Amino acid sequence: MGEPMIEIKGLCKSFETKNGRVDALQNIDLTIGRGDIFGVIGMSGAGKSTLVRCMNQLERPDRGQVLFDGVDLCALPAKELRQARRQMSMIFQQFNLLEQRTALQNVCFPLEIAGEPKENARARGRELLQLVGLTEREGAYPAQLSGGQKQRVAIARALSTNPKVLLCDEATSALDPTTTASILALLQKINRTLGITIVIITHEMSVIEEICNRVAIIDRSAIAECGRVDEIFQNPQSEAARKLVYPEGRAARQLIGRRCLRIVFDGSSSFEPVIANMVLACKAPINILFANTKNIEGRAFGQMVVQTPEDQALVERMIRYLHAQNLTAEEVSGYVE
Amino acid sequence: MWNEAMIQMLLLGIVETLYMTLCSTLFGYLLGLPMGILLVTSGRGGILPCRPLFKVLDVIVNLTRSIPFLILMIAVIPFTRLVVGTSIGSTATIVPLVLSAAPFIARLVESSLQEVDQGVIEAAQSMGASPLQIVYKVLLPEALPSLINGAAIATTTILGYSAMAGAVGGGGLGNIAISYGYNRYQTDVMFVTVVLLIIIVQIFQEIGTRGARRSDKRR
Repeated sequence: MGEPMIEIKGLCKSFETKNGRVDALQNIDLTIGRGDIFGVIGMSGAGKSTLVRCMNQLERPDRGQVLFDGVDLCALPAKELRQARRQMSMIFQQFNLLEQRTALQNVCFPLEIAGEPKENARARGRELLQLVGLTEREGAYPAQLSGGQKQRVAIARALSTNPKVLLCDEATSALDPTTTASILALLQKINRTLGITIVIITHEMSVIEEICNRVAIIDRSAIAECGRVDEIFQNPQSEAARKLVYPEGRAARQLIGRRCLRIVFDGSSSFEPVIANMVLACKAPINILFANTKNIEGRAFGQMVVQTPEDQALVERMIRYLHAQNLTAEEVSGYVE
Repeated sequence: MWNEAMIQMLLLGIVETLYMTLCSTLFGYLLGLPMGILLVTSGRGGILPCRPLFKVLDVIVNLTRSIPFLILMIAVIPFTRLVVGTSIGSTATIVPLVLSAAPFIARLVESSLQEVDQGVIEAAQSMGASPLQIVYKVLLPEALPSLINGAAIATTTILGYSAMAGAVGGGGLGNIAISYGYNRYQTDVMFVTVVLLIIIVQIFQEIGTRGARRSDKRR
């Protein structure tokens, strides 16, 4: 992690509702490094949207600090906060384009607000529409664009003021899988070529795995776990993280035993037939319940859930064997009825 | 009945009606548009929530809207004299028309602006737009089709009120309908003025509908 871009310290936010006070965020501490693609994941209602809205102060926190490039946004007066917000753009699940403006006029909008001369704004707008691949649609109104195209316009609009940070609030949740992949690829390109720090709020682990390098898992208004995506994938520590990382398998009917192991292959280790060798070495059968591969930050990861016999000593031997092969392996439950 | 004088009178009536209606609509918007904007921005979930301001405006609008126009017109005669120097004729009618139309227009504007998607307003805030910029670069342009529709409703409603003003010394087609058609039992004159009023309303409504459709880029 590079030097911090956004530092959140002791952040608390609660809402008054009809059913009393709801704590949306409790004592959040978080550091997002310069150049990160930082994911924030959690179930709906966990508080992740409130967290990102506190970052640019669309929600004013009750307590705590949001340091943006060293400046506490919570303490800024309205006018300076508006200046700071130009450095921290945001895109939304519902795109939130101005319906009465063309694509180009939408992209120029933040520059108009900043008082940029019209000609400069238009030139910059065209440049950005080219970056997002929508040059020929500059005169189209949002109603004439597809969801993916709208999000591209929104991204171009968010980039027009040359921000340091791009906040994405469920930016791909309204899109189909193919469009999602292309939008994520675009975000990654923006991160790499322009060096913009990106914060991604999502409820989909696949989005995190696809492009994030670091992730915070938010559960019941607090950070459950925070770290590198590959590390959390290999070794989830918290219940919330395990829920997200472990494969969702339908419970198998009991076959050879109730115990299960989750084995993680990190790409560099899968040249030899590990599972076959383990079966031979331990002289016990196993049953593969689930297996898949993931591409995390360009590295291939595989995970497998296998069913083992009940024998405690045998399971321990298997785990030792796998650890000796430099694989991550741990016992998991819930895969066998 | 179709002598030169009658036709002259009807033409003058049309001109006076248009004069009263359009002037009242214009001044009505000068008062009502800012009021409508303030109702939206100061209200719950607005961009600058201010409970006391909202409550005061809300009560003023409700109070003035609940006074029947005929009564308002008579009640403000001293004020009308103060402003235009007389209490009869077309120009004098504009004063109560404006007073009556402004709160109505404020409500129309309020409901139009409330149609603007909260998410779009939030996006503008996230870009560092000031409240004033949000009003004239987001709220008003985004609500334009609805505002134009509202303006057509406001104009035709004011036209109806202006006809009522004929009863107490206002000018225009309403005055002709009452003094000739009603007081002198000239049913044909009554009929012609009503048809003329219907045509004018149709024209205003059509202009509004077309303008709204043309300005709407959401389709």
